[in-house]
Amino acid sequence: MTTTTRSVPRRRLVDRLPVLKQLHQSVGIQRGMLVTGLVLTGIFIVSAFLAPLIAPYGFSQIRDESGTFGTQQPPSAQHILGTTVSGFDVFSRVVWGAQTALGVVVIAVALSIVAGVLLGLVSGYFGGWLDRVLVVVCDAVYAFPSLLLAIVMSIVISGGQSSLWGGIFAAAISITVVFIPQYFRVIRAETVRIKAEAFVESARVIGASNGRIMFRHVLRNATRTLPLIFTLNASEAILTLAGLGFLGFGIEPTAAAEWGFDLNRAIADVSSGIWWTAVPPGIAIVLTVLGVTLVGESLNDLSDPRLRGRRAVAADAGAVAETSVVPGGSIDPGTIDGTDGRA
Amino acid sequence: MLVRFLLIFPTIFILVTLVFLLMRTTGDPITAALGGRLTADQLAERVAAAGYDRPLFVQYLEYLGQIFTGNFGTTLSDNRPVLEVLVVYGAATVELAFYALIVAFIVGIPLGMIAAYFRDKAPDAVLRILAILFYATPVFFAGLLLKLVFAVTLKWLPVSGRASTSTELQFALLDGRSGIYLVDAIRSGDAEVIGDVLSHAVLPGLALGLLTAGVFLRLVRANMIGTLGTDYVDAARSRGVSEFRLVRTHAYRPALIPIITVIGLQVAMLLGGAVLTETTFEWKGLGFQLSEYLQARDFVAVQGIVVLLAVIVAVTNFIVDIVAALIDPRVRY
Repeated sequence: MTTTTRSVPRRRLVDRLPVLKQLHQSVGIQRGMLVTGLVLTGIFIVSAFLAPLIAPYGFSQIRDESGTFGTQQPPSAQHILGTTVSGFDVFSRVVWGAQTALGVVVIAVALSIVAGVLLGLVSGYFGGWLDRVLVVVCDAVYAFPSLLLAIVMSIVISGGQSSLWGGIFAAAISITVVFIPQYFRVIRAETVRIKAEAFVESARVIGASNGRIMFRHVLRNATRTLPLIFTLNASEAILTLAGLGFLGFGIEPTAAAEWGFDLNRAIADVSSGIWWTAVPPGIAIVLTVLGVTLVGESLNDLSDPRLRGRRAVAADAGAVAETSVVPGGSIDPGTIDGTDGRA
Repeated sequence: MLVRFLLIFPTIFILVTLVFLLMRTTGDPITAALGGRLTADQLAERVAAAGYDRPLFVQYLEYLGQIFTGNFGTTLSDNRPVLEVLVVYGAATVELAFYALIVAFIVGIPLGMIAAYFRDKAPDAVLRILAILFYATPVFFAGLLLKLVFAVTLKWLPVSGRASTSTELQFALLDGRSGIYLVDAIRSGDAEVIGDVLSHAVLPGLALGLLTAGVFLRLVRANMIGTLGTDYVDAARSRGVSEFRLVRTHAYRPALIPIITVIGLQVAMLLGGAVLTETTFEWKGLGFQLSEYLQARDFVAVQGIVVLLAVIVAVTNFIVDIVAALIDPRVRY
């Protein structure tokens, strides 16, 4: 792969930057989906970083100079989305929730990429009984309902509930375990394929060590698919975090704001007709997941010449070999678009 | 086929081992459930009596032996055999999953066909966004919204539960009841009871079903795009077969095979989703019970339920593989 790119004339920088390239490549509905996704994801990330500036109150604040907020207050000028059953400002908690979600997603995906890639690389490169054992274990874990696995992990890690960073790490590690098999599978398959390539053999003949071949020659060529799985997993991570929070395995409300936990507290409110505690955190989850999924889906489509809009194919035909993600086909929608095992 | 059957066992074995080891790294279940409420001496006594002070490996072997004989232990919080809990509440979960699958089939498959037929045109774009929305909406939020609109505001349907109290009482008197309310209601022959059970099922079934419908929609669309492009569909069209029939029969049937294989994975998703749906609607099934036991920190019960679900998932995947092999002669085990 690396050898062929040399002969292709280098394209403009704009065309080579990851997401920008696809944006440039896309047409029609596909561009609309990608842009919508990028905008939603952008709003999510901005609210996560600027939460202290955007949110009028703290996530666990129940009083200001003029006294306590009151519980289950309907939306008003002071609390534009009302207050919760515990007397928190709903809008502030929704904004702060973005911070928690982003933290968990980043940690969870980073951890599972590191662990999954390492295991996949070692397993695919060395083969043998270790490979067989790892494949069977990962398949078993993969088939299991991911939410249940995350519950078990969060019991193990934190015994259920904990502080801000403790909680974020517990949630992130719980989600990590669910994702490792996905990265493992993809990287292992790529490693097995690349291992047979001539350049790996050449490296071995020169006398390169196993470690050098694995990380320098194989890994660099096996990571093309990662950005895709990354976006698709990020959305699943948000949903798993919300599911954990909804079952009471999230982060303590005084330690951080978490959308799933707030929805759990809103179950009783809904039965008595109070909508403003349930709808905002729910919409926040939906829009965030929608945004990240749209980006992932569009990148997936654009990376597969058969799914890409017609005009773009003609214009960019030269780059197909480089961008096609899975050799010989698209990624099976049932296995990595995050729709399976989701709870 | 025998090889595929034997493959069930390592899967179940790995999951059981994994769950056992993970749950035990937090300490023994008795300390987890009662720690803080008893003195250290009393606690040690209870732990010793239950055998949790023995080496982990001995406990593990004993646990495997117990599971093999169908003994999943006794819950700590309400002192019932886990197997009994599984049977009683499992029926409710099966019923919910059944409703959800019906919704998923009715909604997902026709919409998937439409999306495939109008590929890259407006209906396809709308349906694809819809499928992503179904996926992006957490099942409990969908449940809460449905509840808010149809149960609380419009008052068309009940807010929660599997049936109204009078119906539940009537079922309690029924001998030889199946635990599956729809079956019991039909057996009672009372139209009002059947209506009551069904009206309670609509919202939970929709919430969980729409999530799965999104997956079906995408699957049907992807597979039908493949079959719609084949030569025999063109041949049929040139013979004058109607467009409806073309989609309904020629393109749909062959597209069904890959869908069936993916349903196996959907079962795992349905079970995970059932935990959340049941909590939302106070549907007294395994998932609802699981979250109750989690709150009570009753890890014996949690372990039992999780292991049972693992067995269900492994067995379903096996059945699905066999069905796929029967439908498609190219697949062989």
